[in-house]
Amino acid sequence: MGYTAHFRVWRGDANGGGLVDYDVEVNPGEVVLDVIHRIQAEQAGDLAVRWNCKAGKCGSCSMEINGYPRLACMTRMSIYRQDEIINVTPMRTFPVIKDLVTDVSFNFEKLLSIPAFAPPPGLQPGEYRMQQEDVERSQEFRKCIECFLCQDVCHVIRDHEENKKQFAGPRMFIRLAELDMHPLDVADREIAAQEDFGLGFCNITKCCTEVCPAGIKITDNAIIPMKERVVDRKYDPLPFWRRRRRVEERASAQ
Amino acid sequence: MGQPTITRHSSDILIIGAGGAGLRAAIAAREAGKTVTIVCKSLFGKAHTVMAEGGMAAAMGNVNPHDNWQVHFRDTMRGGKFMSHPRMAELHAKESPMRVWELETYGALFDRTPEGKISQRNFGGHEYPRLAHVGDRTGLELIRTLQQKVTSLQQDDKKATGDAESGIKVFAETTIIRLLMRDGRIGGAFGYQRATGDFFSFTAAAVIIATGGLGKTFKVTSNSWESTGDGLAIALRAGATAINMEFVQFHPTGMMWPPSVRGVLVTESVRGDGGVLRNSEGKRFMFNYVPEVFRNQYATTEEEGDRWYTDPDHNKRPPELLPRDEVARAINAEVKAGRGSPHGGVFLDIGSRRSEEFIRRRLPSMYHQFKQLADVDITKEPMEVGPTGHYAMGGLEVDPDTQATNIPGMFCAGEASGGLHGSNRLGGNSLSDLAVFGKRAGDAAVAFVDEHGHQTPRFSDDELQAYAQEALEPFRHAGDPGYENAYDIHRALQEMMFSLVGIIRTEDEMRQALAELDKLDERAKKLKAEGPIAFNPGWHLCFDVQNMLLLGRCIANAALLRQESRGGHTRNDFPTMDPEWRRTLLECSLDGDTVKVVRIPGPKVAPELMALFDRHELEKYFTEEEIDEAEAANRAGGAAVAMGEGE
Repeated sequence: MGYTAHFRVWRGDANGGGLVDYDVEVNPGEVVLDVIHRIQAEQAGDLAVRWNCKAGKCGSCSMEINGYPRLACMTRMSIYRQDEIINVTPMRTFPVIKDLVTDVSFNFEKLLSIPAFAPPPGLQPGEYRMQQEDVERSQEFRKCIECFLCQDVCHVIRDHEENKKQFAGPRMFIRLAELDMHPLDVADREIAAQEDFGLGFCNITKCCTEVCPAGIKITDNAIIPMKERVVDRKYDPLPFWRRRRRVEERASAQ
Repeated sequence: MGQPTITRHSSDILIIGAGGAGLRAAIAAREAGKTVTIVCKSLFGKAHTVMAEGGMAAAMGNVNPHDNWQVHFRDTMRGGKFMSHPRMAELHAKESPMRVWELETYGALFDRTPEGKISQRNFGGHEYPRLAHVGDRTGLELIRTLQQKVTSLQQDDKKATGDAESGIKVFAETTIIRLLMRDGRIGGAFGYQRATGDFFSFTAAAVIIATGGLGKTFKVTSNSWESTGDGLAIALRAGATAINMEFVQFHPTGMMWPPSVRGVLVTESVRGDGGVLRNSEGKRFMFNYVPEVFRNQYATTEEEGDRWYTDPDHNKRPPELLPRDEVARAINAEVKAGRGSPHGGVFLDIGSRRSEEFIRRRLPSMYHQFKQLADVDITKEPMEVGPTGHYAMGGLEVDPDTQATNIPGMFCAGEASGGLHGSNRLGGNSLSDLAVFGKRAGDAAVAFVDEHGHQTPRFSDDELQAYAQEALEPFRHAGDPGYENAYDIHRALQEMMFSLVGIIRTEDEMRQALAELDKLDERAKKLKAEGPIAFNPGWHLCFDVQNMLLLGRCIANAALLRQESRGGHTRNDFPTMDPEWRRTLLECSLDGDTVKVVRIPGPKVAPELMALFDRHELEKYFTEEEIDEAEAANRAGGAAVAMGEGE
């Protein structure tokens, strides 16, 4: 049967704001986004919330519910006690635009900086041949719906604005891993992963994996293998020595 | 409210909508060297395309080598009950393989065959396994791939000019509220950025409408927030024409329970991969609903249907894989006959027919969707499913080769355009439609700019200010009890459309619907918006509701006129197909504020395309006169194939 839930929704904008109380009806089977829509339709027509598909496929309705980063459309009301106060706040890592809507342009800027897929020169459309087991590793990362909850929860940038410049975040690491593990990609992004995108900042606490609504094993399958590849490239004594010799040769030649 | 600021932005080509069609058009236009502006209602990469599940139809012949464009063309025509624009269906069937292969060069990773080619899956109405796919999240792969290609073009521009946005600029979360017109020709569009509420004019020599569908007009729908038919509505107001508006596809399998997810899509792949429909008696009822026109192509026993999955060359496919309109009507009839599931649908069962491992690998999103939203484990229990508003076959009337509308400089592609799918779309033909005709629209817009780009009209500050003031009207009535918020009107419209203009229609209901629309239109003249202008959803819905009211009227008017049942238009009072009506299109336009619907002759099917079918099949759809005419033309032209030999 239906009941009345007590919601506290953050209302405000870049200049500040606070939690506002709403008593609102909840029906069986509903998710948090349904309840927010009911507040919108009946009590606060201007309550800003981003949403699209309401089926966990587009990654628009990211927010923090009782402090936990979630998609509102995939969060069943039944996981909360009926007498529990439900706090809904915008993602903390990004600047607020209004109410539950944040400015996520940081992520799009980082996406723009990642070197694109580079196919082998001369390979024509229709000639691509890849085995299923070889594409599966990258396919896991392509399940990403860009909800940016992993970016939101990541403590490297969550309360450290100053790290955003040199740290791209878990979403970008799986993009780098996806391209690095693509069977036909010919570009090299391994050194850049550390030097340009800040892979070294991650100390594998796995918070990103825990909040990922697509179930991607971000830390185990992307970040750790990428770290290993970087270590192989940068600190394996043999290539390290070769690289150093090249630098010395170049220096002596000048 | 004082004078709002209006920012002017201009480029060669403006694309409204950033789904598959819009992005593919943008890529074509940029690769031809034009500057492009993309305006989209949501964040970049969130468009409704993301929700497509099953796949992208293209006759690559990777899984069954007998497949080719002619077979795909035939399937598309049959699926659309021969109302599909034959030239569009031909181009679509011929070009979709290249559009799929191209995506691989952009970085897409489709599932593979053992030889390492792109795997293809079975789907309703497709004779051979034809859908390139990635599990059941193909739409996500398509949109992400196109988004990443746009990003890579921006990277190239950055290298060349130092500015990543010099060639393609994306205005996300920006809503277009009207098109800018001068002397019957288009010159851009006017809208506002939601984050700030600031107004923008986007001038361009050519404009591509790629705004998708109108599912949100109906209460039960698989469509996302965005599908409010904006592009169609603003184009109609600018003088464009729309066809086939009466044909609305109700996908047979939407979720039924819990109520909050009613309508969410359950992919057709469940049936393509072995799932079957059962009624409350446990019976596979689809065997009772194979219509005469499809009798020869579908299995008559469960055993034969089951054998088809492993031996398709010697068995006929199970009737669960009939085109969507047939399956939706069958489910509707079972429920009406009292053989439905507890929540008013029927059962879709794959758990008893396939292994848990198979289901979780082939249908991962469906597994999670049911587990998370309905507490149902689809590997063990059947799903409850029922019809859900899914796709508008109708849309702007376009030239089949260039996607040009009747307005010079205005092009349209994707779900917003009409023609390709006729009266019913086959699953998988939508993603290929986006890529094929998105590219064609982009190419044609480029050619238009080359020829007419120097005459782009200009719009004065006063004119733009007037548009802004008009848009701000709902705020002037904030707090006025004589005015309504848009949410209430939207809810009333959705409920009325789903119950009166839904799957089954009658003349009385259409008249009642039009009377209801009159009332809702009156109410919508008095809309108010509360609160600040920045990111205000109540204000935004004021525009959406006006658009949906207009389209609801087009659908109801056309549905009233078409006195037959065909594809996504079923009239209880005219239950059969009529070959005379096949030749007739209903064209909607606006005369002032009034929706005008007129009959126009539909396109002729070229004799050589007619020759791809046998006479016996054509007789079910065409008049004798049409068939004789085509046969005579083929004989006169010495066509290699005579009617009846067209395999």
